[in-house]
Amino acid sequence: MRVYATARTAFKALRRNPMRAMLTTLGIVIGVGAVIAMMEIGAGSSAALKKTIASMGANVLVIQPGTAASGGVSFGAGSTTNLTPEDSQAILRECPAIRNATPMVRARTQVVYGNRNWVPNAMYGTTPAYLAVQNWSNLAEGEPFSDRDVLNSNRVCLLGQTLVRELFEGVSPVGKDIRIKNIAFRVIGVLAPKGANMMGMDQDDIILAPWTTIKYRVTGTSLTSANQSTDSTASTAVNTLSNRYPATQGTLYPAQDSVQQSDNPMPVRFANIDSIMAAANSSEEISLAIEQITGVLRERHHLRPDEPDDFSIRDMAELTKTLSTTTTLMTNLLLAVAMISLVVGGVGIMNIMLVSVTERTREIGLRMAVGARGRDILRQFLVEAVVLCLTGGAMGIVLGHGGSLLVKLLLHWPVETSPTAIAAAVLVSAGVGIIFGFYPAWKASRLDPIEALRYE
Amino acid sequence: MELIKLRGIEKTYQMGDISVPVLKGISLSIKRGELLALTGSSGSGKSTLMNILGCLDRPTAGEYWLDGQEISQLSTDERALLRNRKLGFVFQSFNLLARTSAIDNVAMPLAYSAENLNDREARERAAEMLMRVGLADRLDHYPSQLSGGQQQRVAIARALINRPPVLFADEPTGNLDSKTSEEVLQMFERLNTEDGITIIMVTHDPKVAGHAKRVIRLHDGLILDDAPTAGSNSENSGEAS
Repeated sequence: MRVYATARTAFKALRRNPMRAMLTTLGIVIGVGAVIAMMEIGAGSSAALKKTIASMGANVLVIQPGTAASGGVSFGAGSTTNLTPEDSQAILRECPAIRNATPMVRARTQVVYGNRNWVPNAMYGTTPAYLAVQNWSNLAEGEPFSDRDVLNSNRVCLLGQTLVRELFEGVSPVGKDIRIKNIAFRVIGVLAPKGANMMGMDQDDIILAPWTTIKYRVTGTSLTSANQSTDSTASTAVNTLSNRYPATQGTLYPAQDSVQQSDNPMPVRFANIDSIMAAANSSEEISLAIEQITGVLRERHHLRPDEPDDFSIRDMAELTKTLSTTTTLMTNLLLAVAMISLVVGGVGIMNIMLVSVTERTREIGLRMAVGARGRDILRQFLVEAVVLCLTGGAMGIVLGHGGSLLVKLLLHWPVETSPTAIAAAVLVSAGVGIIFGFYPAWKASRLDPIEALRYE
Repeated sequence: MELIKLRGIEKTYQMGDISVPVLKGISLSIKRGELLALTGSSGSGKSTLMNILGCLDRPTAGEYWLDGQEISQLSTDERALLRNRKLGFVFQSFNLLARTSAIDNVAMPLAYSAENLNDREARERAAEMLMRVGLADRLDHYPSQLSGGQQQRVAIARALINRPPVLFADEPTGNLDSKTSEEVLQMFERLNTEDGITIIMVTHDPKVAGHAKRVIRLHDGLILDDAPTAGSNSENSGEAS
């Protein structure tokens, strides 16, 4: 009741001088408007920046098999063969922090089209999810291969821009057949250009195909020969186009007889893959994702608590750090600018309130004469200042939001509505009203009624 | 019955090292229902006495009994409450809030009263007061749309809104012409006789003082002369104690 009455008195007092009230709030309107506009534009830019850095692979985790060692000699990361496509599926299914995951099979061999040939830097067997993991879903031409292609190990592929340039000299390759180790692959799509990565490696020098096709038809590697460099027999085999499965290898050991085979059954082995690529939901969740993946894989690989991991997870720590530093820097910068403009607005409020107190000295004297106590006067002027600031804040929110929408429309800058900014603006404008309204209100409440009534 | 009783009131202003005595021992008593004028030349201390009587200021020494309560030592806030409940003020320059309707001006003191009237009750009370001062058709007029006499009547209505027993008028006719002055003074007389409100006017105008039933003349911080005016009832002739 009391607060309501005071608020009404404040409104009435402000209505008596609408022009001055409006000019007073102008500082806050502009301040809050600037804050909202900057927060929205800043949030948009920040999100765009995040997206850009994320497209560089900041959120991507690479899971590799662990190291194999023999007699104290370690063979390095990836020398065991214990990752399976099912691991990849399990990671996607059981890790909430993971947005997407795809198995990867690598190969390095010659690609032939007509009388031209090229050895791509990267030849990946994967699933369609690879494009999502790498934020590369927009193809320049054609369409990506499907999960059905993966299941059927269809001979289809996607080419990077460098391959198109080297093999096709600018002619559209979609629908053409290229040969990889004498197996014909139909080109069904061309990847959008991506350029060099941070290490300067050409990311367009790439060929993507279903991992089943690469694994079973191209590399023909199995658990017996994970190492590509020893895999020379495949390419020396007679090249005939009908030879779809060139994975014939010379046997190292004499063939087992049936007794030996039943004594030493070959374990039914899953298809192993070279690595798994997983994309975390956001850069903030990377460490969480690593934890979850570790848990899932340890369970799937039946590791006891005291056993070390038989896999390793790499993240793009450098990129992530850049990302978070950039975002923090941007936020702080905006906050600093916002604070300055709000303080300027607050000083404006204080000035006008001081003028107002001087101008209304007689009114204050009168109010005191009819029974207003010092704290009544203090409250009245404080509420007036807060009402001014809140009104200004509301107008500023509209103005700022409108401004950022205008920027979006005219300049096509990315803009993101920020409810936090709006809530903060309301709180801050009320706070500014209280802080900068207090001194004038206190001054008013300390007036002597006799002096005030006599004031001209 | 004594409404106001002063005993040995002194007021001394401190101007740096020099102390300036303004009131040098005022003792008087005012009964309920008196219509009283405080006169004196300028510098005689009548405004200071008025401020002390009106609880706007505290005396340096002496006792002040208002309605049976010793109030010379009350705190600022307690005096504000007292002013709100028991005293009404009418000023020379009206002191109405600009760009505020007559009815809102009149209702303003209710915001500080302990009665906590709601909006409708407050407006009703204010309208009733304006009716009493003959401005029932001017409720929503702004002060700038009212004549001087009308403005002063709005001020009187405002002073009476909390139904105080005492009304102080500081040069109430100072800004009015003789005709409207007469109207305002007649209104004081009517309020005094009909509603029994004690009215204390401060004036240097003998014509205004002539409307009072008792005139107290101050000189140099002391009561020079305290006498009923000719034509007033003998029962109201106050005596300086």
